[in-house]
Amino acid sequence: MTQSRRDFLKSCGVLIVNFSAGSLSVMSAQAPGPFGTHSSHIDPEKLESWLAVGADGVITAYTGKCDFGQGMFTAQCQLVAEELCVSVGRIKLIQCDTSVCPDQGTTSGSQSTPTNFNSENLALAAATAREALLSLAANKLGEPVEHLRLGDGVIAGKSGRRVTYEELIGNKHFNLPLKATAKRRSPEQWTVLGKPIPSLDRTALMTGQFEFIHHVRVPGMLHGRLVRPPEMGATLAHVDEQSVRNVAGLVKVVIRKDFVGVVAETQYQATLAARQLAVRWNPAPELPSQKDFFDYLQKQPGNDVLSVDSHDIDAQLAGASSVIRARYTYPYQMHGSVGASCAVADVKPESATVWSATQSVYPTRSIVAKLLNIPVDKVRVIFVRGSGCYGLNGADAVSFDAAILSQAVGKPVRLQFSRQDEMMWENLGSACVIEHRAGLARDGRIVAWHREDWAASLGNRPGYDQPGNVITGMLLGFEPERQEPRAAKPPTGKFRNRSNTVPPYFAACVEGRCEGDGTIPSERALTHTVRSPFFTGPLRSPLRIQNTFANECFMDELCARAKADPVAFRLLHMQNPRTIGVLKAAAHVASWQARSSPKGDVSLAKTVSGRGIACVAYEGDNGYAALVAEVDVDLETGTVRPTRFVVALDCGPISNPDGLRNQTEGGILQGMSRALVEEVTWDDKRITSVDWETYNSLHLDYEMPQVEMFFVTPANVPATGAGETAITITPAAIGNAIFDATGARLRHLPFTPERVKAALAESVQRADRA
Amino acid sequence: MKEKITLNVNGQRHVAEVDPETPLLFVLNDELGLRGPRFGCGMAQCGACTVLVRGKVVRSCVLPVRTVGQDEVTTLEGLGTAEKPHPIQQAFIEEGAAQCGFCLSGVILTAKAVLDVKPDASDQEMRDALAGVLCRCFAHTRMLRAIRKYAEAKRA
Repeated sequence: MTQSRRDFLKSCGVLIVNFSAGSLSVMSAQAPGPFGTHSSHIDPEKLESWLAVGADGVITAYTGKCDFGQGMFTAQCQLVAEELCVSVGRIKLIQCDTSVCPDQGTTSGSQSTPTNFNSENLALAAATAREALLSLAANKLGEPVEHLRLGDGVIAGKSGRRVTYEELIGNKHFNLPLKATAKRRSPEQWTVLGKPIPSLDRTALMTGQFEFIHHVRVPGMLHGRLVRPPEMGATLAHVDEQSVRNVAGLVKVVIRKDFVGVVAETQYQATLAARQLAVRWNPAPELPSQKDFFDYLQKQPGNDVLSVDSHDIDAQLAGASSVIRARYTYPYQMHGSVGASCAVADVKPESATVWSATQSVYPTRSIVAKLLNIPVDKVRVIFVRGSGCYGLNGADAVSFDAAILSQAVGKPVRLQFSRQDEMMWENLGSACVIEHRAGLARDGRIVAWHREDWAASLGNRPGYDQPGNVITGMLLGFEPERQEPRAAKPPTGKFRNRSNTVPPYFAACVEGRCEGDGTIPSERALTHTVRSPFFTGPLRSPLRIQNTFANECFMDELCARAKADPVAFRLLHMQNPRTIGVLKAAAHVASWQARSSPKGDVSLAKTVSGRGIACVAYEGDNGYAALVAEVDVDLETGTVRPTRFVVALDCGPISNPDGLRNQTEGGILQGMSRALVEEVTWDDKRITSVDWETYNSLHLDYEMPQVEMFFVTPANVPATGAGETAITITPAAIGNAIFDATGARLRHLPFTPERVKAALAESVQRADRA
Repeated sequence: MKEKITLNVNGQRHVAEVDPETPLLFVLNDELGLRGPRFGCGMAQCGACTVLVRGKVVRSCVLPVRTVGQDEVTTLEGLGTAEKPHPIQQAFIEEGAAQCGFCLSGVILTAKAVLDVKPDASDQEMRDALAGVLCRCFAHTRMLRAIRKYAEAKRA
């Protein structure tokens, strides 16, 4: 995409705001960070914390939100280029380096777009800078701001005189606070943002030049490998250092409480030493059996939270024309990054630098400081992209591990996880049980819905002060953050639905205010967070995908009982115009035929097909999506094969449509892999899905279905997250399509052929009985 | 113990002083500073470490460097440069066929090796060849589209 200078002049000419001398006051330093519990030396209220113009005209932007392969680097370059009316090539974006970037917490949770692309932070900084440059130009050119036009880094007055950004401020500080009233350019004015600019990392990626964390090399660097315990909870009994005496290049066996690692001159030597080191461990208690695990979860004491409670649920269910119950279960799943995690640490006696693919550079800085016992301001964490993480993969733990090793040997150490280090010890996506009870009135409407879930949890992101939330901290003697068992209190305050616990059909009335997306008046949603035997943590759409699978499939069950069309039945119970908008759009684009499920033409065919729909208001208000799935089911083998997806997505103004398409398509197909094949397994001692032969993922030989996409773009709404919306509804849409095709309801993920066949047999039996 | 090993990589001779049992991947990454092949699993299960040896697909994470001999090794960066990408790389650039891109050596080099031998390989044959290649971002559709685009251009 090229823009002529004339286009820029035309598009960037409107400006009204003047800077008065009074507004130039500098904010005090060391303001508390807005995203966490600490303060950074980079004051996010100051413009120069976000932007600088070099003498060469290059605009350097500093962001605390980094790119993990989903296009955030390109989109943020577009954002800054747009606000400053320059081409993307003029922007140099520095991502997540604690020495120069503002603390924006963690890059996660579909928060980068809402955080940096609306009216705060990076967007506000860029808008503030544009207004500041105009104000400076007005002085310089002796013309009012209203007469000035901007184009590609040049400001021109009516007189014809021009001045460049670098002439105005090159290599100098703006010395200004962010200006809350600085005006963002509106989507109608956009010439760079909103365009499908090819992602800027493409050529480097495809030609093998891109620098991943795995490629970082530091002079004098050594190589580390770990020796993790054989199972969760095992403690160190003895290390026989003599066992590796003959390994050439071995520098040190590092032992700290239950942490064991080796450092050697080369990767190969480190690998050999780790393999050869004789370590005895005190065994851990047996694990709960996987077979009965969900029953086990439901018996554990919970940290209980009521999201909504209308206090009339039992009475309403007693009076309902029919009551339906169902229990859904969701397995542990893995981030399963293709690249086993890696980090490089250079720890000196009084300072440390860590190159890390973490989503959380500042929290990582705090944890490293704590583990190494050095002041936090002496630690620098520099983000370097790793293999796609999809949440909290091994990137945080490997960064801590590398720092421990480097401190022990006093030299820079690169640490490469083995595949098993990665998969046996990552913070898994939570296993959940979700139970529903709902009542239908005689007219088929839902009158009451009770929903209760049990979510397995242990650890989490380490944040700024909880190293025990991941394996490294636990081995060093830190406890994971505690989830004390406690009874639920009545819901109070503003209704929030961050984990999509509450279906979008609930009125969600809290203290008399009904802020849900739906109309069902009698409602109760109770969550028990119970202790998991394995570490858990955010995996793309954390708890949202589990809850939505159960909610949207159960909605389909109610709909089938009411013999209603799944789209019409949903619309009957919804009132959020944006969720309604995507639901209608998806149905329309998919040429949805209104009828009830199952399809019911059970013929003698070996393969039957069906369609299903699901929708979500992600986190309540952070992106809206509806998905139609079409599937074939082989009745003999039980194989499910999705044949088509149609998704409608509303995430407000779109920064880069090509990036959004790429991410949405990847999200749906990843969701399909999670729906069809992905499940963590364990025996009585340990996790047994520790590589790609024991943990299933759809490889590149899988014939992927067509994905059709439709964007709903309402005017005058803020930008929301988008990356996790479509994946959230994929398992439910597939499950509903299987039901439509076969009449069999799948209530446990993944939909393996065995489970499908079992459900088919059960549904035939039920039909025989009826 | 360390020995001097001569390797032919991307059209250049290199001498590395390493233990001959060292996996080829570590030599390419650590001694030659190449970025194309990457450590994914270390078990030949995912394809991230893929290189071509005499035009054939090899998992460099499990291949002892001593076995390579004088055979020509090609890594992802050996196909083309940023200024002059190989046509298959160009097809991937045009289609934006990646998210994180960590898996690309396996995807691009495997596809190229198949089409070098069988330019009219069917979609099914291509998928069969890619059965051991893993992409966890699930950029599958764009990748297959890029491969098809390259194959069509190559045939034309």
